Amino acid sequence: MNNASTWQLISCIMRRDLAVALRRRSDIINPLLFVVIVVTLFPLAVGPGPDILGRIATGVIWVAALLSALLGSERLFRDDFLDGSLEQLVLLPAPLPALALGKIIVHWLLSGLPLVILAPLCALLLKLPVDAWGVLMLTLLVGTPMLSAMTAVGAALTVSLGRGGALLSLLLLPLFIPLLIFAAAAVESTLVGTSAYGQVLLLAGLMLLTLTLAPLAVAAAIRVSVN
Amino acid sequence: MWKWLHPYAKGEATYKLLGAWLPWLSGLAAVLMTVGLVWGLFYAPPDYQQGDSYRIIFIHVPAAMFSMGAYTGMAIAALIALVWQIRTAEWAIAAIAPVGAVLTFVALFTGAVWGKPMWGTWWEWDARLTSELILLFLYIGVLALYYAFNDARTGAKAAAILSLVGVVNVPIIHFSVYWWNSLHQGATITKFEKPSMPPEMLIPLLISIAGFLFLTAALVTQRLRNEILKQELHRPWAQQQLGVEVNHGV
Repeated sequence: MNNASTWQLISCIMRRDLAVALRRRSDIINPLLFVVIVVTLFPLAVGPGPDILGRIATGVIWVAALLSALLGSERLFRDDFLDGSLEQLVLLPAPLPALALGKIIVHWLLSGLPLVILAPLCALLLKLPVDAWGVLMLTLLVGTPMLSAMTAVGAALTVSLGRGGALLSLLLLPLFIPLLIFAAAAVESTLVGTSAYGQVLLLAGLMLLTLTLAPLAVAAAIRVSVN
Repeated sequence: MWKWLHPYAKGEATYKLLGAWLPWLSGLAAVLMTVGLVWGLFYAPPDYQQGDSYRIIFIHVPAAMFSMGAYTGMAIAALIALVWQIRTAEWAIAAIAPVGAVLTFVALFTGAVWGKPMWGTWWEWDARLTSELILLFLYIGVLALYYAFNDARTGAKAAAILSLVGVVNVPIIHFSVYWWNSLHQGATITKFEKPSMPPEMLIPLLISIAGFLFLTAALVTQRLRNEILKQELHRPWAQQQLGVEVNHGV
């Protein structure tokens, strides 16, 4: 029975987070528009030739995704911290890491998943060869949950700081580097005609590891932040 | 054992213990580094392939080893700080991070200087180099987070969590030369196999490594002592140490 109530609490928190976020749609849409605009800037900056654009497309899309993850990261805990509901979350009779995982999943649904859906449009704009679209979407699908989880760690650490923005990018971007390397390598190996499964499976393994460990770090960071 | 350890959770006891260690650590560091570096840089035989330019190994390898070693030490301190809530361990994070960051920088710099004649490039986007660069960013991030908060304890705990998260990078750096086809050469010294280096080169290298170990320990000890004094300045024993009366407020 105790078990069931924990699940109920988590799903309750997740539904609440979804409802709150869906009422402020600009917070969801703005980071996506940011990605599209960054992607649009590149053909204007480096020239519209397909040979250059096709080569840098994956990198540009992924870097734009990383930066937009940073943009949307404050949304994760800031409002909850300011109105005190983060403290209530800590006091709930449910394990805090589980609640943190729920929040990470909701954040991914609203930031990572739309990005995966948006990826073909970006790939089209950057003239990425069509054969590589699937792998690009696959890397985003397994990579963005990692982004959400790591962003949650950073956001929870800096939530009690008024001015977390620049610091957050300093903390998180180094941790994103392995993700960027493997994602780019996966698409690159598709482009040269070899199988990308090795890198994608490695990314998936990293994602599972991150989703297992990050909630613990998020919970510890929330405890520190709300004191 | 816990009874014996317990007094060192207090600043004063740790300060005095570190004070007793400091002359030994710095003395050993001075002697070993002088012997190791003079031997290595002037008397060791030149390499049959790399000539004299391999000699930078006597600085590069120890600095790189202890850039990772310092991070591991910092992560252990962070774990102690988070689990047992010991303040001395929190200060140890602030004491270790700058030393580690400088060692990382030295490793990267000497690596670049060595890479130019050997690989023909200052920098290569290679797994070992990139992960060492991430290590430098992690150190800087830990330091930035430590000093970002108005409340020092919150900052220390946040930095502790971050250093534990970043510890995944240490094995990546260590194994990067085995996992990826790297330009960087593999390990020269291994525990189980015969080292791929003649003893005339190996012995000064080992001495130099020991020298860097004691140098790192001495620097961290001194920094930790300063940190303890700074944090405990409101207590009589700290004021006595400095021989000053500090009046807080007016």
